[in-house]
Amino acid sequence: MDDLLKEFLTETNESLDVVDNQLVRFEQEPNNAKILDNIFRLVHTIKGTCGFLDLPRLETLAHAAETLMGKFRDGMPATGEAVTLILTTIDRIKEILAQLEATQAEPKGADEDLIDRLHTMAEGAHAEHAAAEIPVVQAPVAEAPASTQGTLVHQVLERPLRPGEVSLDELERAFRETEAEVKPAPAPVQQAAPVKAADKPAANKTVKKTVVENDAAEAERVSNQSIRVNVDTLEHLMTMVSELVLTRNQLLEISRRNEDTEFKVPLQRLSNVTAELQEGVMKTRMQPIGNAWQKLPRVVRDLAAELGKRIDLEMHGADTELDRQVLDLIKDPLTHMVRNSADHGLEGPEERARAGKPEQGTIRLSAYHEGGHIIICIADNGRGLNTERIKAKAIANGLATEADLERMTEAQIHKFIFAPGFSTAAEVTSVSGRGVGMDVVRTNIDQIGGTIDVKSVAGEGASVTVKIPLTLAIVSALIVEAAGERFAIPQLSVIELVRARANSDHRIERIKDTPVLRLRNKLLPLIHLKKLLKLDDDVGAIDPENGFIVVTQVGNQTFGIVVDGVFHTEEIVVKPMSTKLRHINMFSGNTILGDGAVIMIVDPNGIAQALGTSVASQHEIVDENAANRGGAAEQLTSLLVFRAGSAQPKAVPLALITRLEEISSDKIELSNGRYMVQYREQLMPLVQMDGVEVATSGVQPILVFADDGRTMGLVVDEIVDIVEERLAIEVTSGRDGILGSAVIKGRATEVIDVGHFLPMAFADWFNRREMKPSASAQSILLVDDSAFFRNMLAPVLKAAGYRVRVATNAQEGLIALRSGEEFDAVLTDIEMPDMNGFEFAETIRADQKLNDVPIIALSSMISPAAIERGRQAGFHDYVAKFDRPGLIAALKEQTSDLNRAA
Amino acid sequence: MTVSQDNSAGGVTEYVTIMIGEQLFGLPIARVQDVFMPERLTRVPLASREVAGVLNLRGRIVTAIDMRARLGLPNAASDRPAMAVGVDLRGESYGLLIDSIGEVLKLADDSREVNPVNLDPRMAKMAAGVHRLDGQLMVVLDVDRVLEISSDLRAA
Repeated sequence: MDDLLKEFLTETNESLDVVDNQLVRFEQEPNNAKILDNIFRLVHTIKGTCGFLDLPRLETLAHAAETLMGKFRDGMPATGEAVTLILTTIDRIKEILAQLEATQAEPKGADEDLIDRLHTMAEGAHAEHAAAEIPVVQAPVAEAPASTQGTLVHQVLERPLRPGEVSLDELERAFRETEAEVKPAPAPVQQAAPVKAADKPAANKTVKKTVVENDAAEAERVSNQSIRVNVDTLEHLMTMVSELVLTRNQLLEISRRNEDTEFKVPLQRLSNVTAELQEGVMKTRMQPIGNAWQKLPRVVRDLAAELGKRIDLEMHGADTELDRQVLDLIKDPLTHMVRNSADHGLEGPEERARAGKPEQGTIRLSAYHEGGHIIICIADNGRGLNTERIKAKAIANGLATEADLERMTEAQIHKFIFAPGFSTAAEVTSVSGRGVGMDVVRTNIDQIGGTIDVKSVAGEGASVTVKIPLTLAIVSALIVEAAGERFAIPQLSVIELVRARANSDHRIERIKDTPVLRLRNKLLPLIHLKKLLKLDDDVGAIDPENGFIVVTQVGNQTFGIVVDGVFHTEEIVVKPMSTKLRHINMFSGNTILGDGAVIMIVDPNGIAQALGTSVASQHEIVDENAANRGGAAEQLTSLLVFRAGSAQPKAVPLALITRLEEISSDKIELSNGRYMVQYREQLMPLVQMDGVEVATSGVQPILVFADDGRTMGLVVDEIVDIVEERLAIEVTSGRDGILGSAVIKGRATEVIDVGHFLPMAFADWFNRREMKPSASAQSILLVDDSAFFRNMLAPVLKAAGYRVRVATNAQEGLIALRSGEEFDAVLTDIEMPDMNGFEFAETIRADQKLNDVPIIALSSMISPAAIERGRQAGFHDYVAKFDRPGLIAALKEQTSDLNRAA
Repeated sequence: MTVSQDNSAGGVTEYVTIMIGEQLFGLPIARVQDVFMPERLTRVPLASREVAGVLNLRGRIVTAIDMRARLGLPNAASDRPAMAVGVDLRGESYGLLIDSIGEVLKLADDSREVNPVNLDPRMAKMAAGVHRLDGQLMVVLDVDRVLEISSDLRAA
């Protein structure tokens, strides 16, 4: 009995989930008889089984629901109210089932409330449906028991034929269908020909029977192709296969070391079989993600009803498969996110109509495979995240100050929704907004090594993208070495490997004590694995400039893990850490390698956290575009501090420098009165600053500047440091080659004017551009609050052949624009006090007289979000501050467009 | 292992005797899974001093406990521990690193004496009494308490 009950519970729960789903579909397509048939059959089976197992309460409930559904079949319109009632009944059934599972007995209780309502609904429907034919209604009802009994008797007689239950179902169904047929042609038949009426079901029954048998045979064939297997059995199988994989790896390792070929062939075979076996077992654990979505249509439907919204739930890629374990872990987060979309994201119909959107909102769920991952996206076309509300909440929760928020991009602000206890719903509704929101989602997803990202466009909607590994048991990992120990880093989070070497393009630099790597114009915060793991017993062991950098991404955080060596990638079986070691959050587990050694699996999430606390608190360099800092955080600029000619330090923005070189003094040649050096197969002229002597022995430090295929070297005495400072030139200088003085690291430092030195190497450095077309010089308005950039850019622009007018802030720029002076283009900084670049652009765009002037944004903050924001504000182009060639190209393009247009 | 599963009923308990430092200890034999030579010990960064590392014992990952550190004894002269006693706790495998292993003794429970009050507190925490043998004392180790190191870890 126990087994039977267990089976019943599993099956019934599954059926109920399907019913939930089908009902919601049915409500949308009330004319789809097939769906209704499905529902009907499922409920009927439940009812039948309940009767068999002697569960009267369930049976009565199911029966009442079935009656009402029978009416749907008879043509009663499936109103929302009626569907809700049936759904409520199904909920009740589920409750009872849950208790049944816990206590093994049907709980006491009365369901008259629901049954009455179901009956009333069914009766009411009848009344409505057949208002004029009340006597007719009575007849079939009265007839029903008689016929049913009849079939039952028949059933008993047919016992040997089997399968009993299915036949019973179908007989009842046959009966019901007859009833439906009787209905349209009622009155005359009723009293006059009872015999005929009794005959008819019988006749019908025989016809049905053959169909039933066919159906049953069909069902049997399908069920024979799949069997139920206990999850534990599968788990055990998986563990054993994992062990097999490990042993196989061990054997392969041994055979690699030994030249003995005798084992090689069978071993290869074993290896292949193991791989296939592994794949096969993995497959048994795979389930379509649709299983996790099954409850969602119901959830959305209920929410829509509760909130008075119209919501369409689209699901794509429901058959995408992923590991059962992963599926279980994402089920709740998914439901939560869909609820969020329905509750917070989508607007009510009136609001949508006002915004010019269709009244029905859409939530789109999609899933697909990409690499070894599965990507799940939950998107809605609602109002998008409320940036202002998130800001207010972030301040209220002490996550950021107003000043911090000022400097953040929208995308960055949106990320706050993942912070613990963050819920922006002004009112806590029953639906969501309980304060255990996206942070829980994020934690769950982090746990399985996944990542989550949110994108939102105000008024257009929001989307959450989740990327998770297909399985947790076996992962591909990069085996690295630090301080003589090996570690595994999951490939999932590894983006690329960079070999850092002194004197190469990829060099580990230091900002104060923080190591960074400049990678494709982004500063990548670095962390030495051995330092992080406190393995550097010998402090000198860390090579400051060399190492392998594993570029790692966690969420939106990108950082480099510096290791001593990189071996290979290996499929590893993740084994949980011992409970005595689980508190070390740098590791997510351990594994046994092919050679039998146990190694730790590094947890990139843990490292990101460590990095967040140790580094990010000092320098906000954690975000994906570290360049952000330049503008976002107090206009920090990386400066190279050096000494040349005098004891006073000099500085130049690091971004202007192409490379730092130390050239052996014997390579420096004197030619035609000028110092030259052969550098990368070119002759590079060297320029000395005042008072600098070119070294005659040893090495000569040189700052290399390159532009447009030309290279020059600036000879300096000594390179001191790279610092991150807010660059404010306080005293301007009258001297050539010096822009002025600034306080850098507490010392007065001269900031040099690179523009002065470049022509010293090639007299035509700037001029050659001037020779190019544009005879009638075009004029440019340059708006930047930083004296440094004004001073740096103005000469560049002039050199490129433009007339330049500078303005120190947006207001001044507007005055210049409105003064009647004609400008061919406006070049503006983004991060400015009072009125920022976006607002400035919007103001210009709003001004009819000015709105055709091309505006180019100049920013150190280049991120897709910022560019998008810029596009919205009306910028024609978006150029990085230090990207001189890019700037000139953009200007050329914009001004020539103008010429053509004019 | 041919051991009576019952430690106390017959009034007799079998102990595996082990040496750590200069001290003789006894472990109830029912708790001892195996004795092995710890090989290829991988140290675990950031772990407490008492966790010597992890190792692969026939495909299982075993957490090795440095018994000298655990008992507050000075480090051994040679850095390679000679022996390990495998014990299980709640489904996880541990290896207690010891200096050497001795014979199995069958001792009457009523001859076990309570810990001397002046026993080193670290040792006292893990000791479940003392047996007086010929010429030396054997401290009975309580395996569960030996492995109660999670709280120490957090402090470490």
